[in-house]
Amino acid sequence: MAALKVLVLAGGISHERDVSLKSGRRVADALTDAGALAEIKEPDGELVGHLMATRPDVVWSTLHGAVGEDGTLQDLLQLAGIAFVGSNSAGARLAWNKPIAKVLLAREGISTPQSITLPKSSFRELNAESVLAMVGTELGFPLTVKPAKSGSAQGFTKVSEPKGFAKAMIDAFAYCDQVMVEKFVEGTELAVSIIDLGDGPVALPAVEIVPESGEFGYNERYTPGQTNYYVPARLESTVLEEAARIALIAHRSLGLSQLSRVDFMVDESGKPWFLEVNVTPGMTETSLLPQAVLAEGLELSDTYLALARLATKN
Amino acid sequence: MTKTRAGGVTNFDAWKHAYAARAENLAVSEVRALFSVVSRPEVVSLAGGMPDVAALDGELIEKAFESMMANRRNYALQYGGGQGDLRLREQIQGIMALEGVHGSVDDITVTTGSQHALELISDLFLDQGDVVLVEAPSYVGAVGIFRHKEAHIEHVFTDEHGISPLALAEAADRLAAEGKKIKLLYLVPNFANPSGVTLTAERRVEVLEICKERKILIIEDNPYGQLYFGKEPPKAIRSLDDSNVVYLGSFSKILSPGLRVGYVLAPPAIREKLVLANESAILSPASFAQMLVSEYLSIADWQKQIVTFRDLYQTKRDAALTAVEKYLPKIQTTRPDGGFFLWLTMPTGLNSKEMLPLAVNELVAYTPGTAFFGDGRGAENIRICFSHPTAENVGVGIERLSRVLNQQIDLLETFGEGN
Repeated sequence: MAALKVLVLAGGISHERDVSLKSGRRVADALTDAGALAEIKEPDGELVGHLMATRPDVVWSTLHGAVGEDGTLQDLLQLAGIAFVGSNSAGARLAWNKPIAKVLLAREGISTPQSITLPKSSFRELNAESVLAMVGTELGFPLTVKPAKSGSAQGFTKVSEPKGFAKAMIDAFAYCDQVMVEKFVEGTELAVSIIDLGDGPVALPAVEIVPESGEFGYNERYTPGQTNYYVPARLESTVLEEAARIALIAHRSLGLSQLSRVDFMVDESGKPWFLEVNVTPGMTETSLLPQAVLAEGLELSDTYLALARLATKN
Repeated sequence: MTKTRAGGVTNFDAWKHAYAARAENLAVSEVRALFSVVSRPEVVSLAGGMPDVAALDGELIEKAFESMMANRRNYALQYGGGQGDLRLREQIQGIMALEGVHGSVDDITVTTGSQHALELISDLFLDQGDVVLVEAPSYVGAVGIFRHKEAHIEHVFTDEHGISPLALAEAADRLAAEGKKIKLLYLVPNFANPSGVTLTAERRVEVLEICKERKILIIEDNPYGQLYFGKEPPKAIRSLDDSNVVYLGSFSKILSPGLRVGYVLAPPAIREKLVLANESAILSPASFAQMLVSEYLSIADWQKQIVTFRDLYQTKRDAALTAVEKYLPKIQTTRPDGGFFLWLTMPTGLNSKEMLPLAVNELVAYTPGTAFFGDGRGAENIRICFSHPTAENVGVGIERLSRVLNQQIDLLETFGEGN
């Protein structure tokens, strides 16, 4: 079989560039180990020309942030007729917009914490103090404040009391014009990765996240040693089965393909609460999807190559 | 596909139990991650304190390289002495003399950039909890080293004339009364990084006296002294005293930071330990880089090159100040007479660290003021480095920055300052 030509897109002009580059190098290394011809490229003014001139067999994007995750890149690749790993533009758009994804999954009967999405413009018309007071009263503290469209942990704040609420809003608005305020669920943080190697989507072993500091922030995600990961998670098998079931519903109902990662909080009663789904999961050395792949007993290199080969057939 | 691993717990660091306690201070940061974007050509970086090496005469560097390879190749490719190349140290004497600093060639130690000299000195002097007095704000690289040594970093009030002698004496006496050991005063007296301010001649004398009386060693870091716009800065503190001052110099700003060649002039007893520490850490500073610098100094009119840098940076400084006046009329700025930096002070409530992602979205980067304090201050400050972008791009970058600031001011007004 001829070696597969894979163009790995990584980097970009985004605050997640560094993470994306690390993910891209990991993917490219694994693909190379499996015998593919992997080339890493940063998106820039020459990307479209490069794509059209080189016509790779498949593109694998590890771009985090808007261009890579909001459906734009997927639209362009679809238009150019170039195969790519992962979800199409429609699926990416739905997943990227956290409030929309929550609404769609709530319609499927999936539990997701109560939330409200507030655009920056709304605060110009309404009195910010009274809006925040009302939201705080209705949702209760602690709550989480996060950009409505963003990856990683940047712009995320857990707010324990009214005092820090406005500041958290300003922080989140630095990353996105819409901010989602969500009721915080106390419990166990869980990530379920989904992959589809040709026989339909499969939920991989759930990863339980236990950051030393108590919060899974940027430092805890990307500094080795700052977080303990349990794979599979130390939860009842019925809870893990339920999380896997929900993750698969999320993957399917948003129309996602090949790989995704679904994040949950499991409350003290064992109920998994859907938080968000990511179509371009991190692939760094500390990322969750690679851990789940390994815990399933799969080789990263073989799995990534299988995903890339399948993408050419979609 | 083959099964490879069963489940379990991992934290991706099998050696977590083994690190020294001080390694706890080493962690990734979002700000550092953001600087990754700076290398993109679309982004105007006002962040890194980099010289404009494109203004160097490339032919002269090539000639220096050829001369080195023709005449000193076997020395350049070999280990050297721990103190550094003798000929280079003699040449360093000449450079230091330009700022009134005179010292024996035996008291000069060549280091891997002056940053390495600072690391060696910190290693020699600082135990956990020892006090280092620094300007407010102070150089980020120094703050990082002192923090890593688990020192107590005490920022002393600094105004447009440099560190305040009154505040220095007060801080030293207060900390001594608390039973703390005050070991060092670290200063960048000329066109300081990050503030751009210069310590006046009168204050230099006062600062020296205060430190001598209290047996506090002064670390005088002077990478920018030759890069003045018009009037020369006052003579170095080391020119006033040879026993209470350790003087750091560097070729990073007057030649190239890529060569990583700096030096330290220290009293003999300290120098003796510095050489041993240098040998212990790196055996010898890179012979290749030292000899390239030495050849360059021999064959090139390096003082003319410094004049070129001065003119260039003055033009860029002017562009920066003009842009700040035009686009950021409500922002206070320092007006440096040399060096690389403006130090901006924003309205109360704005946070330069939290603004940085927005700035990156607007394709401009800067360094948040918090980087220059060891005590959490600096949120309302921004360091602008004007030396590296073109003068035009300095203006473009500041115009982009103004958009970010206006958005933030808008948010602040929306949510109130008491947030």
